[in-house]
Amino acid sequence: MKIVTNVLESIVNIQIFPIIGLVIFLLFFIVMIYRVMLFDKNEIDEISRLPLDKDDSNEFFNSNNQS
Amino acid sequence: MELQKFTYDNRLSRLFLQATVFWGLIGMLVGLTIAIELVWPLMTNGVSWLSFGRLRPLHTNAVIFAFVGNGMFTGIYYSTPRLLKTPMYSKMLGNIHFWGWQLIIVAAVFTLPLGITVSKEYAELEWPIDIAIAIIWVIFGINLIMTTVKRRVKHIYVAIWFYIATFVTVAVLHIVNSINIPVSLAKSYPVYAGIQDALVQWWYGHNAVAFFLTTPYLGLMYYFIPKAANRPIYSYKLSIIHFWALIFLYIWAGPHHLLYSALPDWVQALGVVFSIMLIAPSWGGMINGLLTLRGAWDKVREDPVLKMFVVGVTAYGMSTFEGPLLSLKSVNAISHFTDWTIAHVHIGTLGWNGMLTFGMIYWMLPRLYKTKLFSIKLANAHFWLATTGMLFFAVPLYFAAFTQSLMWKEFTEEGFLKYPNFIETVTQILPMYWLRVLGGTLYVTGVILMIYNVWKTMKMGAFVATEQDEAPALDKRKPNTDKGHRFLEGKPVLFTGLALIAILIGGMVEIIPMFMVKSNVPTIASVQPYTPLELEGRDIYVREGCYTCHSQMIRPFRSEVERYGDYTKAGETVYDHPFQFGSKRTGPDLAREGVKSSRNYKPDSWHYNHFLSPQKMVAESIMPPYSWIVEDDLDVSTTAAKIRVMMKMGVPYPEGFDERAVDHLKKQANQIAQGLRDGGIDVEDQKEVIALIAYIQRLGTDIYRDSNESIFSDK
Repeated sequence: MKIVTNVLESIVNIQIFPIIGLVIFLLFFIVMIYRVMLFDKNEIDEISRLPLDKDDSNEFFNSNNQS
Repeated sequence: MELQKFTYDNRLSRLFLQATVFWGLIGMLVGLTIAIELVWPLMTNGVSWLSFGRLRPLHTNAVIFAFVGNGMFTGIYYSTPRLLKTPMYSKMLGNIHFWGWQLIIVAAVFTLPLGITVSKEYAELEWPIDIAIAIIWVIFGINLIMTTVKRRVKHIYVAIWFYIATFVTVAVLHIVNSINIPVSLAKSYPVYAGIQDALVQWWYGHNAVAFFLTTPYLGLMYYFIPKAANRPIYSYKLSIIHFWALIFLYIWAGPHHLLYSALPDWVQALGVVFSIMLIAPSWGGMINGLLTLRGAWDKVREDPVLKMFVVGVTAYGMSTFEGPLLSLKSVNAISHFTDWTIAHVHIGTLGWNGMLTFGMIYWMLPRLYKTKLFSIKLANAHFWLATTGMLFFAVPLYFAAFTQSLMWKEFTEEGFLKYPNFIETVTQILPMYWLRVLGGTLYVTGVILMIYNVWKTMKMGAFVATEQDEAPALDKRKPNTDKGHRFLEGKPVLFTGLALIAILIGGMVEIIPMFMVKSNVPTIASVQPYTPLELEGRDIYVREGCYTCHSQMIRPFRSEVERYGDYTKAGETVYDHPFQFGSKRTGPDLAREGVKSSRNYKPDSWHYNHFLSPQKMVAESIMPPYSWIVEDDLDVSTTAAKIRVMMKMGVPYPEGFDERAVDHLKKQANQIAQGLRDGGIDVEDQKEVIALIAYIQRLGTDIYRDSNESIFSDK
């Protein structure tokens, strides 16, 4: 534990790091939400279909295949 | 534009799928075994490697890293190439990942029952295995990120972000929490001590839940629910907000595991606030998953895959609501150290991880084998067994938790504890423990049905090793003109870096001040390092996993101070590498077990007989006997090395003490053993039990020592 403390203590002005962290966190968050709101709807629709293939109907689950 | 042909390799997904099923069964059977041991403590009488304390870490590690771990890799290796329209970057890296991961699991299966453990929950594995985990994990990460670089689609779908965040964060957590100094190949001490070790551990422990059990499975949810329902995710915008909010918030919430502990108040408050905030993104994710099924609820009636996904996502919602609830101080005062925690995590693992894994397997297997599922009826039976099993597991434990906690806290009108004997509160809840065994049995039965179904389906079909697909190449010459988040999604490496920064900020804010501000851990002058014998005894305590049932953390409540003695202070733990606070009180707290004036104090002879047969001393005890500790000789070959490692970490033993350590140890052992022999117990100095008794009698005594003179000075 002393090892860790010593290493951390050698960093200049480390006390300010957490506050910078909190500010970055809040700013990023606000900007991110703002940008997400502005997304183009058509584009979003297209992206959200990425996992789907042309035909993803559930042909493998057919109720006539019961043992 | 010209279409490029390429193939998806299903072999790795199949290997991981088989490993998931196999280790899932093993991990759950070990869980069932320890559940039975709690109601039948003599079941494995005298077999050290089958005792509860050693098997419990095996159970947690097996279900988290072997069952859920292999489960997530199954889904990641299946979905990543298909989402990015490219094969995985390297087949060889994939194979090294698979076999390396299985070897690590096998190493855990052997070392944990042998008592080779660091004792930090879900990070118990010793340093050589930790290094192997780090290497294999990085190999997985390289393969994942290079695949995103080689992709043929412009946009990286949200599921992949969750996979990337998983890789980055687990790497950071694992490395920071596993910084240990080795004594030998099978023994090491963490560089952190006491309360700081606890903070690092629960920063890790909480985020292991977040980034090993949650984020990769959210990725799977965002891929497999749309696939199974054949419709896109309800809101893609919500999924972006879900992602960033989740990875930012989760990383701060770890201290809620240490409420009312000796951790400074401001750190506790930080943990609580962020835990409450977590409800928002978690429920955003749950709603996003469930609403994807809007208009498809008729399918849910028939399709066992969707049924399992619905229950899984609902369980995710329940446990992510329960988590913040449990992190409120007033609720935590009741819930902590009780079976509530156990119930809570099982809603998460059995419900969320289990159901999502099963659903994914039932969905994927027929596709891998180009056939239909062998039996939908069996899959439906599995669904009901898993759902009822989960409820039979959790609901009785909620009752057990409330009952026992309120009994611990109840006072008579005269102001005395109403149930001063801890055992009264245990016998009261044993019927609930039996119901848990029933719940676990139902759940495991379901898994066995699944294994039969999987095996039959494999026999019915022919394995499709590779699948053809085609897509236009990604035009790299076209400049990336997107702005903001869309730009970011086109830059996987930058994206990975940002995700890393996001989680590092939270980690830094939590950990740095804790290590920096000296007033966080006020030193207590009379607190001194452990003697060599006590240190060896402590290592036996760690080896046997005593922390799995006994806490060493008296919270500042009247009921706890009355029952166990003065509350635990941060300064008392400064030489505890690793900390031993524990997280569950199946037996009483031991933080002040050695304090002679306390009502819990027991003489050496009591402890000796109690290790030999707990039931002889407390008739209804559910602790197993530890006869091997009484029979085995203490290994002092590494004692000097252990002292040297401690000194290196700043534990103030006198100069050159490592060379005198074994002599000091023998002298103290002789005193204790002589005392026992005087009382008519036939015991030799060199037995392990002597060291363990020395450690237990030291617990909590330091602050009552009159003089601040070094206990090593006259020796």
